Amino acid sequence: MSFKKNLMYMFSVVYLATMFLSAQTPEEKGLEIAIDADERDKGFGDSSSELTMILRNKQGDESTRQMSNKTLEVENDGDKSLVIFNVPRDVKGTAFLSFTHKSGPDDQWLYLPALKRVKRISSDNKSGPFMGSEFAYEDISSHEIEKYTYKYVKDENLDGVDCFVIERYPVDENSGYTKQVVWIDTDQYRSMKVVYYDRKNSLFKTLTYHEYNQYLNKYWRANKMSMINHQTGKSTDLLFNDYKFANGFSESDFNQNSLKRAR
Amino acid sequence: MKNFLGAFILLVVLWSAKIYSQELSGFAQVQLRYYPLSPLDERQEGTGFSLAIQPELYYNFGGSPHSLLFTLFLRYDQHDQERSHYDFRELFWLYYSDNWEISAGFRKIFWGVTESQHLVDVINQTDFVENFSGEEKLGQPMINFIYIHELGTLELFLLTGFRERTFAGEKGRFRFTILIDNENPEYESSAEYKHIDFAIRYVNTVGFFDFGISHFVGTSREPRFTPIDNPEGEPYIQLNYDLMNQTGLDVQLTTGSWLWKFEGITRHTRGRRFYALTGGFEYTFSNISSTGIDIGILAEWLYDDRDQFYFPPNPFSSHLFVGSRLAFNDVQSTQILAGAIVDYEESGIYPSIEASRRVGESFIVNLEARAFYNTEPGDLLYFFRRDNYLQLEILWYY
Repeated sequence: MSFKKNLMYMFSVVYLATMFLSAQTPEEKGLEIAIDADERDKGFGDSSSELTMILRNKQGDESTRQMSNKTLEVENDGDKSLVIFNVPRDVKGTAFLSFTHKSGPDDQWLYLPALKRVKRISSDNKSGPFMGSEFAYEDISSHEIEKYTYKYVKDENLDGVDCFVIERYPVDENSGYTKQVVWIDTDQYRSMKVVYYDRKNSLFKTLTYHEYNQYLNKYWRANKMSMINHQTGKSTDLLFNDYKFANGFSESDFNQNSLKRAR
Repeated sequence: MKNFLGAFILLVVLWSAKIYSQELSGFAQVQLRYYPLSPLDERQEGTGFSLAIQPELYYNFGGSPHSLLFTLFLRYDQHDQERSHYDFRELFWLYYSDNWEISAGFRKIFWGVTESQHLVDVINQTDFVENFSGEEKLGQPMINFIYIHELGTLELFLLTGFRERTFAGEKGRFRFTILIDNENPEYESSAEYKHIDFAIRYVNTVGFFDFGISHFVGTSREPRFTPIDNPEGEPYIQLNYDLMNQTGLDVQLTTGSWLWKFEGITRHTRGRRFYALTGGFEYTFSNISSTGIDIGILAEWLYDDRDQFYFPPNPFSSHLFVGSRLAFNDVQSTQILAGAIVDYEESGIYPSIEASRRVGESFIVNLEARAFYNTEPGDLLYFFRRDNYLQLEILWYY
């Protein structure tokens, strides 16, 4: 009798658990993970860093880019960012101002120091290479939740780190990708690896994140991002130095006048 | 030439002052120009070389909002003494706060959105000996105040002194058959080059629109050319700089891969008024077939209703510009801009091409060609009909 009762109990537990789990589709779980990762990065306020980009071709020849980056978190919209180029020397002083938006196209301006000219540019070109590198513009711009749809795939151990594996699909038809497979660590919700599939759904690029550091006891930033293009054999390393938070940036550091005097 | 030597000494002094500045950058350039056609006037030289340097010193006062910037430009030309020249492109102090900015000294200011000509852009004088394009400018002394508000940015300019346009000398190309007297321009203002000009500009971004409204009161940067005889009975060209009031509007609409551009001006000078406009678009096919290559298509209409004999002439009064911009987005940043301005009322066709590519980490190679086809007598560009050229530049950036 008591056995039967227990069995009944067990069945109902399993039934309820199944009900609960099946209530969350893989799409919902994928979105939930993305939102959770995004929530953990909220409130950073502002940040600045020095970037070095090392471009390698198939033969291993290297070319270097240097730039500095300032970012301002904007409540209820995408971040504002300012990138100032320093190397190669012919583009020194060239600066790029971007207002990302959760929905609709981003606003972008380019400052050309030789002409002292600020140009509003089209943000449609998401898939093109950034500074001749293997990073596309869309890879380095701020990742807003609304720019993708999501699907949870599985849990997987990646080089000793427990990860969620999710797929995200760009909403924008100008994206160069059909799909990105992302490994996010289950403990801190940091991106560990992204595999990109091109418009023909062929394997395109792999991005790996290295040397994570924590800032303000909360926010994780990788010191190095490595992008390998499987189709061309070219690769780019993006190295971050001198990460600073709480710089006290405001909107006035991200307008066309600050773009002109940026150094 | 004395001035030239002075500039050179100054440069050496600056070089040694480098240790006090926080940043020294700039370029050195070798330029070769090939003119396939013999000149109109036998005194004019053709193919030759030219050297230029442009050091830039920047000093920031210990991370404060005060800074100093100095950009010197110095060119030596093999043939043309007038093209061998120097200029303080920039020499100014700047202070900025959250919502305002002030600067004083020699500066370069750009206004506008179009590509084929820059009607609205009137602050700086054109350094015409540098290039026919008019993109090269002389440093303008000014006090500039900028106020930034959420309803837009207001810019005020007090322009403390006039710079004369540079023109080719006896041996140079891109000149009239009679020589310009560069030494004795005539000014409408009795204050001559000391006349103080004012300018005001309001700029804002509203959604997909970026626009600017500007007004300028002062001496026109464009001269009139008056042929007269000197006491010896030889003809020469007198430059006349008149006072003017010019209101300008520039608008760009950025939507998808389209950039729609418009610039319009209305100018009152010599007791009369005229207007002019440039309008068109730039459409970009980006990352074509995932090659990383962008191809842009540009078209602009250039219209000017001015009386070419009463006002300073503008050769582009009923013209169309069509062109293409090719960006390879490769490691060497290879780019090509090719196009032509076509006179749709007369027969003139003026093609040009500019290409550039980085070599190694710090060299840039530029190729430029320009031609003047089917020009007709009476057209200002008729004088340049034998000045087609091919130019190679090698620049070293440091």
